[in-house]
Amino acid sequence: MVKRIIKRLYAFLVYLFLYLPIFLLIIYSFNDSKYRGKWNGFTLRWYKALFSDQTVAQALYNTFAIAILAAIISTIIGTISAIAIHKMSPRWRSIFMNVTYLPVMNPDIVIGISLLALFVALKIRLGFITLLLAHITFNIPYVILAVLPKLRQLNPYLEEAALDLGATPMQAFFKVILPEIMPGVITGALLAFTLSLDDFMVSFFTTGSGVNTLSIKVYSMTKTGVTPKINALSTLLFIGVLGLLLLLQKREKTN
Amino acid sequence: MKKKYLSIPYALWSLIFSIAPIIIIMVYSFCKRSPYGRIVYEFTLDNYRSFMEPIYLNVLWRSIILAAISTMICLLISYPMAMIIARSSLKRRNVLIMLFVVPLWTNFLLRTYAWMVLLRDQGIINQFLIGLGVIDKPLGFLYNAGAVVLGMVYNFLPFMVLPIYSVLVKIDDSLIEAAQDLGATSREVFMKVIFPLSIPGVVSGLIMVFMPAVSTFVISDLLGGGQTILLGNLIQNQFLFARNWQFGSAISMIMMVLILIGMAISNKYQDEEGGGLW
Repeated sequence: MVKRIIKRLYAFLVYLFLYLPIFLLIIYSFNDSKYRGKWNGFTLRWYKALFSDQTVAQALYNTFAIAILAAIISTIIGTISAIAIHKMSPRWRSIFMNVTYLPVMNPDIVIGISLLALFVALKIRLGFITLLLAHITFNIPYVILAVLPKLRQLNPYLEEAALDLGATPMQAFFKVILPEIMPGVITGALLAFTLSLDDFMVSFFTTGSGVNTLSIKVYSMTKTGVTPKINALSTLLFIGVLGLLLLLQKREKTN
Repeated sequence: MKKKYLSIPYALWSLIFSIAPIIIIMVYSFCKRSPYGRIVYEFTLDNYRSFMEPIYLNVLWRSIILAAISTMICLLISYPMAMIIARSSLKRRNVLIMLFVVPLWTNFLLRTYAWMVLLRDQGIINQFLIGLGVIDKPLGFLYNAGAVVLGMVYNFLPFMVLPIYSVLVKIDDSLIEAAQDLGATSREVFMKVIFPLSIPGVVSGLIMVFMPAVSTFVISDLLGGGQTILLGNLIQNQFLFARNWQFGSAISMIMMVLILIGMAISNKYQDEEGGGLW
């Protein structure tokens, strides 16, 4: 009995540690005082200020545009590559897998500065395009790693059967293989999307002046006088993420 | 069916965007610097030599120590937590694990910033303690090494809990029952059965916490307030402000080697099925 209470208390304290800062940010986002620490009554003015801030809207747009584009492109390249890797001889496969693990293992800051060095060496102007290229680069390995296990589970005769029955290789892929590996492809795409959405390190080094993502915007806000607008922003993002997770949970249950 | 051509796009992409950048950094790290900061393509070891100065070695040492302390604290908090979750009923288990994933999905800058709000002099912890009469002026929680460690533990805790949980939950209950039937005490069951079986998860967790902790510059920047310089801050500084890319590249190479060594050591303890995060 005592043991159970201690366990409960322990778990409670760990979750408190995890969520207290997030909840405080949410509460402060409704606080009618510029100085944190004092509660001056309920207000929505930080939300109003947030929505009238053009730079935040622009950052939000960039973040989602890049996350969506990077997720789509890296999912396509990643899925094709996973199929290619799956069919390779063991020697080539191990070479490709090592290359795949490179961005996964490398610290983000090294990926960031090395891509910066590349873009500068190639004289590509830093901005939206370089951000997108960087995000696709660190996303592809995660898509490959999500799709490969599904390919291994795949019955190798399925494709042959389809081809024997007169399907073109294209038809065999879209009608037989793709539906089978779809769960892995979707996992990969979601992973890529969330990684892009949350990335700061790589974006920080590969963006140019004027092109902000939310993370970069938050970073600069913490540097130059902090306003409670940032609390409002975090609250909205937190609620958004929670909603998305609940939605995913529901989808899993209905499946 | 020949599918070799399918690997071409990825091979090209990796060559250009994964391999070439690292080669560029490697070359830069051996290059000389002109008086105006330009890169001069002449071989030199100066960049590595200047890293051997005490100030920079101190930074290296501090980065390793702070990351190691944070990793150990994470392990101490996470192991019991992962045990508690793994022993819960199936339904509750999923909720409890979800609660560790949700913070990962919220922007980590915001989570770190939340601690700035909590720890600052007018922050809630100081106000609370003053209100209680425990202290009469704010304690300087922020801008020191302790705050940096706190930030690392807070941010990377889920990376330790998830892999340990994923191996613990896979342990066959009959193994534990067999040990108990053979007369093992609960302490022995843990030391001789559960812990050895969970080592792959622990090792994954150690890497997944140590790696981002040793290379971060944001946490030390925000919570350390420029007082606690880590390798990441040094690299950022050389690339963005000092414009000494050669030196920054050399530091990056040193960091990469450091992490590769860590990986190589940990690979020995991991099997194929090792407790990954996903």
